[in-house]
Amino acid sequence: MEHHSVNQSIFRAGDLKQRSSIARTLFAVAMTVLVTACAIVTLIPLFAVLFYVGFQGIHRLDLAMFTQLPPAPGIENGGIGNAILGTLIVVGVASVFSVPFGVFAGIYLSEFGAGKLRYGIRLAANVLSGVPAILVGVFIYGLLVATGIFGFSAMAGSAALAVLMLPTITRSTDEALQLVPQEIRWAATAVGASSPQTVLSIILPAALPGIVTGVILAIARVAGEAAPLLFTALGSSLWFQGLLAPTSTLSVVIYNFAIAPFQEQQELAWTGSLILVLMVLITSVIARCICCRR
Amino acid sequence: LQDLNPLTVTKPAKPQAARRSLAEKLFDRGFIALTFVFAISVGFIILGIALTIAYGALPAITTYGLKFLATSAWNPVAGREDYGALPMIVGTVVSATIAVCIAVPLGVGMAIFLSEDFIPSFIRMALVFLVELLAAIPSVVYGLWGIFVLIPLIKPVGVWLNTYLGWFPLFSTPPAGLGMLPTGIVLAIMILPIITAISRDSLLALPSELRQAAYALGATRWDAIFQILIPAAASGMVGGIMLALGRALGETMAVTMLIGNSNRLSPSLLAPANTIASLLANQFAEAKAMQVSALMYAALILLVMTLLINLVAEHIVNRVRANYH
Repeated sequence: MEHHSVNQSIFRAGDLKQRSSIARTLFAVAMTVLVTACAIVTLIPLFAVLFYVGFQGIHRLDLAMFTQLPPAPGIENGGIGNAILGTLIVVGVASVFSVPFGVFAGIYLSEFGAGKLRYGIRLAANVLSGVPAILVGVFIYGLLVATGIFGFSAMAGSAALAVLMLPTITRSTDEALQLVPQEIRWAATAVGASSPQTVLSIILPAALPGIVTGVILAIARVAGEAAPLLFTALGSSLWFQGLLAPTSTLSVVIYNFAIAPFQEQQELAWTGSLILVLMVLITSVIARCICCRR
Repeated sequence: LQDLNPLTVTKPAKPQAARRSLAEKLFDRGFIALTFVFAISVGFIILGIALTIAYGALPAITTYGLKFLATSAWNPVAGREDYGALPMIVGTVVSATIAVCIAVPLGVGMAIFLSEDFIPSFIRMALVFLVELLAAIPSVVYGLWGIFVLIPLIKPVGVWLNTYLGWFPLFSTPPAGLGMLPTGIVLAIMILPIITAISRDSLLALPSELRQAAYALGATRWDAIFQILIPAAASGMVGGIMLALGRALGETMAVTMLIGNSNRLSPSLLAPANTIASLLANQFAEAKAMQVSALMYAALILLVMTLLINLVAEHIVNRVRANYH
């Protein structure tokens, strides 16, 4: 880990014996208890959410959930197979556009860019990652939906998710490439490689685990986004009808069913949440493992 | 090692320039140009977002002007259309403020806990990972949990506040279930990971000499934390808090599920309210003509708010990085 400077100081706080006044000791003990409490309180919601999602979602987690269409209100059984498929397709298409885009932009920032332009593009990437997801939805609505280029469609939803993923992928590529030691670039240049050759056959492979981690985390993050899909991919009660038709997605279905007054739909929302959380958590853990294995 | 006599050393061959084939050179040029185009496009996307939203908002801006910011009518009925975004602007700011007020003490406390050696390092790493997971849970799942778990849970608190502190404007309405309070709490949970991560990074980025010097002068752990480490890391923490504030302002799904989506302005935290992001999520898909433009106008306000906050946060975080790296 890169953060070790403070804790690897030559002695640790606990090692130091000193005579303290009672007030000082009491204050220290109270503060220690307080920050420990902060840590516990911070983690309670995580376990509460995971517990409830698992508890409420598990008893409808069956094969029908993945293979059937949502039922009419008030009718039991059925599933959200179309939404699961829709999420995979919309996120997949978004990645196809966004991953090369972001990786190339990251390569430029780390390897070829310089000066104010590089600073400006890095700033733009950071600012873009702070733009609320719903506004990216509004942007794609104005650009692709309202203009009739795609209309409400899986394509429009993918475009919105691609914009959301872009800054994360760009930044993590940029950072992963910067971690490759400068000596390797000099060595490659010394044996006659041009800079694109150096990047493509030396630097990029060396930085690959970091880039893959960034990409997977970006995908996991947007897979759970509903806000930018509400008025781009819209929603549908049918199976996938092609990239140019409105498409049901897991996150939007959870939203619609959670605020619906029917208990059967609320149960589907819990199970959908369980599936979504499992997808996101498993991909996050995989991403972490890829990075840590080095 | 035979040719040590400089006279006998053969002259080095001339550097062989221009031996790369045309195709190779074109590839090299093309590759760099391609990365440049993609990188510059990231900048153009920001511009595109601002221009698209501003263009869409133009009809509403010319019709309602600045009055839009200060009135609270929201009437999409054709012929009697009138739009004002004051309740949503207030709701956006208030919900984000509640979230920050709850999350800052917890997040900074957690960051101190995770940057000190209270517990063994492997448990600390596990906790850092758990905080990351907290950030990975999708917004709709927090919303669902909020509706069915949190709201029933805090309902008695709301009733108590209204019964005994009802004279105070903030608690002046009977709790409606959905409203500002559960929204603020869930938003706080959602921004906790950012505040924790950035505060911890700022504390860990401090040179270890600061701490050693403090101990050498007889400071206890907590003297060092309060008098040396927190002041030194403060600007980084503030940057992180601003980023979190930006996130809270634009957070949509959990908010729209919990806030009640009422366009009436109420001082009470127990009453339903609305935010700009929530308004967009609710109305955009079915909106027509002038309503779309009014929604775009509201979106533009949110965009300006988040851009400003992010730019300031970025500036602060960068300045801190420059100081210690």
